[in-house]
Amino acid sequence: MKPPLLIAASAIAVALLASVPLYANGYQLSLAITLLNYIVLATAWTLFSGPTRYVSLATVAFFGIGAYTAAVLAERMAWPWILLIALAVGIAVALIVGLSTLRLSGVYFVIFSFGLAELIRQIVTWYEVNVTRTLGRYIFVGIDPADIYWQLLALAVLVFAAGVLIRRSRLGLALRVIGDDETVARHIGINTTIAKVALFALSAAFMTLCGAVMAPRWTYIDPAIAFNPVVSFQVLIMALLGGVHRLYGPLFGVVPLVLLFEFLLARFPNHFSIVVGLAFMLIVYAIPQGIVGLAERLLRRKGEAA
Amino acid sequence: MSVPLLEVAGLTRRFGGLVAVDDMSLSLQAGEIMGLLGPNGSGKSTVLNLISGALRPDRGSVRLNGQEIGRAAPHRIARLGVARTFQLVRVLPSLNCRENVLAGLAFGRDALWGQAAHLRADALLARVGLAGRAATAMGELTYIDQKRLELARALALDPRLLLLDEWLAGLNPTELQEGIALVRSLRGEGMTILLVEHVMDAIRSLCDRCVVMNAGRKIAEGAPNAVLADTEVIRAYLGDDDA
Repeated sequence: MKPPLLIAASAIAVALLASVPLYANGYQLSLAITLLNYIVLATAWTLFSGPTRYVSLATVAFFGIGAYTAAVLAERMAWPWILLIALAVGIAVALIVGLSTLRLSGVYFVIFSFGLAELIRQIVTWYEVNVTRTLGRYIFVGIDPADIYWQLLALAVLVFAAGVLIRRSRLGLALRVIGDDETVARHIGINTTIAKVALFALSAAFMTLCGAVMAPRWTYIDPAIAFNPVVSFQVLIMALLGGVHRLYGPLFGVVPLVLLFEFLLARFPNHFSIVVGLAFMLIVYAIPQGIVGLAERLLRRKGEAA
Repeated sequence: MSVPLLEVAGLTRRFGGLVAVDDMSLSLQAGEIMGLLGPNGSGKSTVLNLISGALRPDRGSVRLNGQEIGRAAPHRIARLGVARTFQLVRVLPSLNCRENVLAGLAFGRDALWGQAAHLRADALLARVGLAGRAATAMGELTYIDQKRLELARALALDPRLLLLDEWLAGLNPTELQEGIALVRSLRGEGMTILLVEHVMDAIRSLCDRCVVMNAGRKIAEGAPNAVLADTEVIRAYLGDDDA
């Protein structure tokens, strides 16, 4: 599609999506919120991890930071301020973590990013138990599900816009070069540390905001809910299923898997983890390039045959 | 003589107990092509890695146009105008030919982006003999074409100093002649080149001067024919019996 056509089509799609709360019932809206939540998280994850191939399991660390900041500050100030402060905290943590860990590569980074989420959860737990002496917080703000939905939709639009702009920029090329060969990247003049940290922080910023926006939905949160490591794994598996070499790839993973998880939780809650694990293995073995990669390969083969 | 473009002095680098490069010194004037020779394991690639910033020296200095770069990060050295190829060819597998060259153009000292970069990239591809291959994927390139592409990416940095690490190795005789012609044409443009090479034909026909290393140390320096006839050099390559 030509760029103007694509922009027009996207605008219509966003307008249609924005009208969902006007006619959806409670369950449908709740499902739509879950979908958007994971679309934002998985696309934000792909912004950084897609081109650089640094697999991060820190998604929930930032999501949880956002949720907790919102929980702590709820009722103390206006909502936009809460979002801004959450954003600042998330970016600050991402910069510190990025500068200290992005020298790690491969499996060491994976393990560290997983450990980071656990570390932050333990710190928050320790603080709540020893300082505030309450484990768990109630969030009462005048934000209803439709507001959450619209905020998530706005975040989704922003994360896609950021992705498109980066992909066309020098930074986007730098990240792809880093993903291909970090040594070559350094020797053609790319400051790999700055490129990686910048994208890690941007990706974390979206995850943090997503957590803050989602916080009012729970009414009650504690560290185990806000920093639930399963979220990081689910985001990873959704992005991988969809395909991480295209910005829109994760969409094709989020939708089927959210629906699958929803079904499993309703019908087979006790077998949920087993099926998620099996799905993970199946995806990694059977379609390593994701649905989008698979579709592109099939289309190419068809083109060559014709 | 004017300030050398590259001046390496007292360069030393250890790996554990092994002294890979031991008190190396060499200097290149602008426009000169120097061959860095020596048996396998004599430290030639380590010298290139020290100059390009892939490794940091334990001692000694590397000066580019009088400016110390011995401890600078590799991306800084690249931006100052030092480009390199790798002993085992390294193209960027998920990018096509043009994008590989664009990567070299986008972050160098006169960084180019957009339409101008596209034109320049296609011109550089033509320059190394890959005209019309802009959209070709890496999997479809032959070995020599990958080497050509790697050279185009290095040239994209508009280097003042080009480091070629066995760029001519592994080519068949026809390709070798093409490769030599290509490097010679760079010399015609006034490029300064330091090349690590084992192919004697290439060394004789390309290099103004050679430096020979053995066990991390410089054992000879001079014109190619003189150096290759040097007793010490023959001993290093072939052992005492043939010297």
